Amino acid sequence: MKKEHTHENAKKFGMVIDLDKCTGCGACMVACMAENNVPFKKDESEKLDSITWIRVYKLTNGKSFPDTEICYLPKPCMHCSGIGEHGHSPCVSVCPATATDYDHTTGIVSQIYTRCFGCRYCMAACPYHARYFNWWDPVWPEGMEKSLNPDVSPRMRGVVEKCSFCFHRYQAAMDKAYTEGRRELEEDEYQTACTQACPAGAITFGDLNNPDHKVHELKKSPNAFRLLERLKTNPKVYYLSSRDWVRKAGDNYLEAENKVKKK
Amino acid sequence: MKLNRRNFLSLGVGVVAGTTLSPLPWKLMDDVSIWSQNWPWTPLPPDGEVTFEKSVCTLCPGGCGITVRKIDDRAVKIEGIEDHPVNDGGVCLLGLSGLQLLYGPTRIKSPLKRVGERGEGKWQTISWNQALTEVAAKLGELRSNDRSHTVACISGSDQGTVPGLLNRFLAAYGSPNYICTPSIHDSYEIALSLMHGGRSSAGFDVENTDFVLSFGSGIIDGWMSPVRMIKANSIWKNENSKVVQIEPRLSNTAAKSDTWVPIKPGTDAALALGLAHVIIKESLYDKDFVENYAFDFNAFKTIVLESFAPDDVAKITGVDKKTILSLAKQFAGASKPLAICGRGQGKTPGSIDEVAAVHALNALVGNINKPGGVWAVSQPDYIKWPEVQMDAVASSGMKRDRVDGAGSEKFSNANYLLNRWVGAVNSSDESPVQALFITDADPCYTLSDTFAVKKAFDKIPFVVSFSSNINETALNADLILPSHAFLERYEDVPLSAGLTKSVIALSKPVVKPQFNTKHVGDAIIEIAKKLGGSIEEAFPWDDYETCLKATLGDKWDALVENGYGADPDFGVPAWEGAFATASMKFEFLGVARVRSGEKDVQAKHLFTPVMIEGNEKSYPITLMPYDSLRLANGSIGDPPFAIKTVEDTVLKHKDVFIEMNPETAEAYDISEGDYAVLNTPKGKARVKIHLFDGIMPGLVAMPTGLGHTGPDEYLAGKGINFNELIGPVEDADFGLDAVWAIRANLTKA
Repeated sequence: MKKEHTHENAKKFGMVIDLDKCTGCGACMVACMAENNVPFKKDESEKLDSITWIRVYKLTNGKSFPDTEICYLPKPCMHCSGIGEHGHSPCVSVCPATATDYDHTTGIVSQIYTRCFGCRYCMAACPYHARYFNWWDPVWPEGMEKSLNPDVSPRMRGVVEKCSFCFHRYQAAMDKAYTEGRRELEEDEYQTACTQACPAGAITFGDLNNPDHKVHELKKSPNAFRLLERLKTNPKVYYLSSRDWVRKAGDNYLEAENKVKKK
Repeated sequence: MKLNRRNFLSLGVGVVAGTTLSPLPWKLMDDVSIWSQNWPWTPLPPDGEVTFEKSVCTLCPGGCGITVRKIDDRAVKIEGIEDHPVNDGGVCLLGLSGLQLLYGPTRIKSPLKRVGERGEGKWQTISWNQALTEVAAKLGELRSNDRSHTVACISGSDQGTVPGLLNRFLAAYGSPNYICTPSIHDSYEIALSLMHGGRSSAGFDVENTDFVLSFGSGIIDGWMSPVRMIKANSIWKNENSKVVQIEPRLSNTAAKSDTWVPIKPGTDAALALGLAHVIIKESLYDKDFVENYAFDFNAFKTIVLESFAPDDVAKITGVDKKTILSLAKQFAGASKPLAICGRGQGKTPGSIDEVAAVHALNALVGNINKPGGVWAVSQPDYIKWPEVQMDAVASSGMKRDRVDGAGSEKFSNANYLLNRWVGAVNSSDESPVQALFITDADPCYTLSDTFAVKKAFDKIPFVVSFSSNINETALNADLILPSHAFLERYEDVPLSAGLTKSVIALSKPVVKPQFNTKHVGDAIIEIAKKLGGSIEEAFPWDDYETCLKATLGDKWDALVENGYGADPDFGVPAWEGAFATASMKFEFLGVARVRSGEKDVQAKHLFTPVMIEGNEKSYPITLMPYDSLRLANGSIGDPPFAIKTVEDTVLKHKDVFIEMNPETAEAYDISEGDYAVLNTPKGKARVKIHLFDGIMPGLVAMPTGLGHTGPDEYLAGKGINFNELIGPVEDADFGLDAVWAIRANLTKA
């Protein structure tokens, strides 16, 4: 394990989402559902038990008409690296079954459904609500199971699931590269389903460690921020917004918080 | 051994101790858990060879290029074609859910004949031969009674070979009643024909503009071609182009714009004319265009200067004078400014005054037929079929007046007037339509005043639907002849939704037909053959595919390979020779002159507010619809994936929320999540309240796309169909439905 930390070819896949471009259209959500065999129920308006690996949130600046502003914020799993890139993401640290693990070669936080026994510690630990529990077995209406993607196994009742950065696409791309005698991937060979579908081109995905990848520069933008940075979860999903109130909202900024006296 | 109490207890203890210590129960429990884990809790999708097939998405008129990922013969994912002229790799959420429509339970699996009451949903499965024979028999009967003109067809489009075949069929059969579903394109077509001359559709060069002035167009909420518009929006962000959104509600488009200008709803045309006033007064207009290519600038100038001064316009629109001055200067000062209109997704034609006034702004700055501007794009003419040889019945039928009055003396500019068609059927004792065919449309859901539409349908004795998925109209049909679904059939799709290129796409059978369906083109050809005579002779093809291949000719191979073909010779049109009006020049007052009866044009002919239904006293609130990409509101409703993305402040369980300003809510003593009853002159609905600061006080807004009665439990019964609460408002001079809202009252429930 220790050795892997300093592996010179270690990737750190991450995302930069430009909130100035995101229109809140919802294509990322459906692209993800279709790619990852995400189940659906007859009524999905109870959002607490609705499974969406990437969910678009609507933020408002709280001002009254006509000074109101809206910003949409798509939120996948943050694939937290933890302090010092040690992979101690909140969920990995608490999983008693090693059903979720940090992959030091890619920086991706995995979810292994066959190991998960549904204790949901990880859901409690995740500060981003990025994890979802299968309260029921998935049911596809007759005939619709034909559209299921064989690269991602459908999940059963009683397990937790979440965004995998479309890890199966990484595996497929690596398989292809190996058969062609390569060990490295081009930037466009591995892209997540949401990135590919986004009509606005608001999502950029790549290796944060690789200076040739677009995300490497984008994350340094003065408009870049991450969600709840103060928790030191070290997420790999960055956001860009030119609006001050959006950047503040990203850190759960509370108006009264600086007024509270420290003991 | 005698069984006494002592022995009995010892035995009991022995059994407990024995089983506890024995490995057997633990072993069994272990086995059971392993065994039960292997039960088929979830389906196991079979693996296989991966291939990609290019086609076009026809779930909306946008025309995105798609590439479908297949595993053996299963389609598993829809993705966008990179570098496609419309969507360049992107796809919207409806397109991404397309496979749920292909494989889902809403598909109609074979020809069906109604056995219960209309709309009851009781069907009998019949053979294709029986279905087509019944249609042919009915048509033959009407024709032999000299009533061929009472056959009508409602379609979602009039472009391409399938609408072409339907039109051809009606011509050979003897009926002028081919009707398309309404949209903002109708208004643009009429405005362009009067201002530019000739028949063309409006193309918007959104990729190259540097200043967008949008009068309520939901640019990123599904206007024209949704993915292309969202891409353009990102280009504008990159290039620092400015977007001004004028509408009373903070839509997603307004939220993404640089400046949001809330306006008193229904007064957009006045604001456009106010901006024209400033541009003319300050001499900011394009002199070259106005002097050399416009016919009636001086007349336009006189009216605009006299009647649309910023002070007056500010009173009408509620937009202050400073903003009007600044918008006009910004617009005229930009190098490639573009003014557009069409409320929301442009699903209703709206006010033609608005289109004319907004288009006049483009003309003033000379941004017509230029990069970054509005182009008059002529329709593709690749369909070269021999003229139909009409027999006596057909020629006399074709000479009859259209049921909807389009093209008549009164509405000579209109092509189709479906709103009037409904009225015409309802106001006659015997329906002027005796047989109706519907394809690629769901008028029983999408037309305003659903109740009147259903009533009209009830009066039509024979209704045939070609729908491949169950929808409201198919539920109200007598016969359903299901067509192949969009990923199962060949069809040419000329793209016209605001595109500034000439592109034909080809829909392809990505998978083989899953059910006992038949291509609508084949159904028409077979019905024609059954009718015989000159009708049969009008269809010299064996089947639809032969017809399509012959029509596309040498384009065929490239279309199969790429999924689309763009005309390489199509470039930026010019000013010289571009106008085909009587003056051969651009006519600012083309629309107004028709309104004035070709007499003295006055200010009221440029802008007269469209009065909405309901008096202010009994209905103090204005109810407007709003469109969202997450709620498909056309002939196709939301598939399960799409409805899943709808927020819980829009739909919760079966209840729809209406948006209301907290200030309005306070007056009604209503809070977030409360139930209320909404009454309009047309209908009544129980709704929930969502407080939203981004909506103008006094207005409430309701989403479109909900309230379906079918097709499945994922969509049916959720929310209210907005069209049940609103009725059409006919434009007196053009016949189009100009409605934009309705008045309502609200009581806390």
